[in-house]
Amino acid sequence: MTAPVSISLDVNGERVDALVLPRLNLADFLREQLQLTGTHVGCEHGVCGACTVRVNGEIVRSCLMLAVQAHGTAVETIEGLSDSGEVADLQAAFRDRNALQCGFCTPGMLMAAQDLLKQEARPDRDRIREHLSGNYCRCTGYQAIIDAVETTARVRGGRRV
Amino acid sequence: MKAAAFAYARATSVVNALDLLEAHGGRAKVLSGGQSLMPAMNLRLISPEFVVDIGEIAELRGIAVTGDSVRIGALTRHVELQSSPVIAAHTPLLTEAIAHVAHPAIRNRGTIGGSLAHADPASELPACMVALNATIIIRGKAGERRVEAKDFFTGIYETVLSPQELLVAVELPTGRRKSAHFFHEFARRHGDYAIAGLAAQAVVEGDLFADLRLAFFAVGDRPVLAKVATKLTNMAITPADLSAALSVLSQELDPQSDQQASASMRRHLARVLLARCVGTLLGRPDLGAGGSA
Repeated sequence: MTAPVSISLDVNGERVDALVLPRLNLADFLREQLQLTGTHVGCEHGVCGACTVRVNGEIVRSCLMLAVQAHGTAVETIEGLSDSGEVADLQAAFRDRNALQCGFCTPGMLMAAQDLLKQEARPDRDRIREHLSGNYCRCTGYQAIIDAVETTARVRGGRRV
Repeated sequence: MKAAAFAYARATSVVNALDLLEAHGGRAKVLSGGQSLMPAMNLRLISPEFVVDIGEIAELRGIAVTGDSVRIGALTRHVELQSSPVIAAHTPLLTEAIAHVAHPAIRNRGTIGGSLAHADPASELPACMVALNATIIIRGKAGERRVEAKDFFTGIYETVLSPQELLVAVELPTGRRKSAHFFHEFARRHGDYAIAGLAAQAVVEGDLFADLRLAFFAVGDRPVLAKVATKLTNMAITPADLSAALSVLSQELDPQSDQQASASMRRHLARVLLARCVGTLLGRPDLGAGGSA
């Protein structure tokens, strides 16, 4: 049973059938087999959050999930959210607020920030910090990222920035 | 790093999982949410030859009130506990504690059964189970056995579970009238493992504790149900009484030193936690300041 396992899942709205080794994690499956390299691999033990994707609508660490565990699920990566325009305003705010810098953490940050903004229309800075606390950034000192998420929340809420 | 190669089976039922564990148990690991197992495997701290994935077993899911207890299936995820009105109504200690368990992306996958079976002495849920006097329900080929939470944990990452057994559920007694709870932990960053923490469940009658269960975590090799609680129940506590209890607590605990904190710092933090707990639950700010002295 160390042989490859057959899985079927939905990735960014498209049906995917694949054979994967049990040890392959979801992040590497997305990157190496599907060429969806927006999902980044940082620490590979669940600390940094760069590999955050959505599975069945909820954010998860794709380095802490086996590809075989994704059988039957709907996975959404940063490519899916970006192409659909779901996070276009958030991406613009990150750019405007200089919240990108090296960009390595950005896909995970966007996934986590969008997750919060879907759940809460008016998160304050403390709530934003708490929700993003599982995502590391080594460039911005977080302030610019919090600014960008806060700005997006205000604009989405129809409030003045 | 990446996990070493292993064979994998997706269990279809508890009986099927037990069959797989009977065949492979000594060389196998049970995978539920994977939020502790996967990091350990990725870091090559463990390399099981066989992984039994129980994630699809529907009978292990769900939160239900039965009689005077709440039964939580092993596969119930942290996010489900956190948002459950049943948990909030009957065991609010758990609702409060879950907010300190890692981060949202981890809470979406991590399960209560996985956390308890993993038995990290610095994690929140084992201590909550001890404070709440939970019963851990274990299934093996021979049938079911029930173990009190305080007897379930036997050391760092060690429990009474045998490799052929599966943790299937926990049962928590529903809250008594006048019950009160306290939860606090010291961590470097919100969501990190605690440097020292306390989960407490109490029954307060007037100015007294009629019952007090103090479960300290990250200050020993397992959650510690502090015996010093008996010195604080059914009596009007004076500052001198509390001070004496804090000294007894220091003697009772045997914390480890590591990169995060020395043993003496952990003892100090545990005293602070106990003083705050007593002061908060009794509405006695004069006592709450005692631990910082």
